[in-house]
Formats: sequence, C-alpha cells, structure tokens
Amino acid sequence: MSYLTDSPIDSAALVRSVVRPGDGAYVLFEGVVRNHNEGKQVESIDYEAYLPMAEKEMALVIDDVRRAYPDVAVAVLHRLGHLVVGDASIAIVCASPHRAEAFEACRMTIDRIKQTVPIWKKERGPDGEEWVGWQCTHG
Amino acid sequence: MKVRLLFFAVLRDVTGKRDDLLDLPDGTSADDVWRRLCDQHAALRGYSRPPMTAINESYADPEQVLRDGDELAFIPPVAGG
Repeated sequence: MSYLTDSPIDSAALVRSVVRPGDGAYVLFEGVVRNHNEGKQVESIDYEAYLPMAEKEMALVIDDVRRAYPDVAVAVLHRLGHLVVGDASIAIVCASPHRAEAFEACRMTIDRIKQTVPIWKKERGPDGEEWVGWQCTHG
Repeated sequence: MKVRLLFFAVLRDVTGKRDDLLDLPDGTSADDVWRRLCDQHAALRGYSRPPMTAINESYADPEQVLRDGDELAFIPPVAGG
C-alpha cells in the first residue's frame, strides 16, 4: 500500500477502496493548491518527500487514527511533484457506520499528517519561490 | 565510521547536494553533524538545531550517537497536506 503518488488523485477510486457495506457515511477531504499564501500570489507548488520515511510515517498516523476510531476505515493518498492552483495535493477518506466518527477521524488524520510526515512544498509565484515553513522558523 | 547524510527541500538547496557520505569519529551525534553543517553553510546559522532529526528513516533524538552505516537526515519544517 502506497500513500504517495506522482499522478493526479482519483478521489472516487479512493472512496471505492475504503467504503464498506456497513458504513453509513464517509468524509472525503481534499487539500487543494490555493492561489495565495501569507500575502503572496501562488501559481504552483512542488511537493517532495523523504519517500520511504514518508510512507512509514503515513502508516503510523493511520495506525493511530484506527486505534482512536476503531470503527472507521481510513484511506490516504498524497500527491508529489508539480501541482498548479486547484490541483488536489491530498485526499483522505474516512468511512464509518456513523458520521460523527468519520468527521473526527478525518480531522485527526490531516492534522497529524501535517505535523509528522516528511513532505515539503516549494511555492512558486510572481514574487519568486520559497520553501514553506522555512522562513518562519529560521533565525 | 561511515554515515550517509541526506538533504531534502531547503537543505538540498542550501548545500547543493542530495546526499553526502561522511567519515566520522566514533561517538559523533546527529547534533554534532548538524553543527558541522551550520559551520559550513552560513544560511543555516541562527538555526541552533534542526526541528527534527531522522536516523534510518525514523525520528530520533538529535543527541543520539551515530553508528557505522546509519542514514541520517535533518527534517526541515514539514508541509504536507
């Protein structure tokens, strides 16, 4: 099972891969490239990962989510490479017999991924390019 | 001992390298390697230690002493999602 892809994300396929007959709801979250960040225009983002480690860390996040929400089925796919405004960079599907757990598990999944999985993005726009997160912690 | 050091994202841009094979004295910690890197690259100064350190594809304490054959990576602020 790979959680990372160089191809556009097929969210419908991701939903089909995870929803079970006993599920009454699924929550699909997609993160998309937006045209601005911290006051700057953004045209595209290049995503890269420390590949084997990112796969492992993604699996650890999903294990934790499954432990916290045992009835929820989780699927995640993160795209790498060159993405333009409007492209989905990540899709998360949480399916559950009841909707409350699906919403909560989905929120936990994206929040944890943003904290621990070694993926980086370089934003490009008319003002130049910048690795996100570097400037604010540097110095 | 030999340790492979990987560079990602901003660290690859700063060093101009994807990786480096280091020959280190026994007892060297990940943090020692980081300080050496900061001495070599002015752009890293002011950043007393990396936010996170990975040894052999897992997060590790930067004080951890390295072993021969280890793969070391400093993890710049992650920005997935």
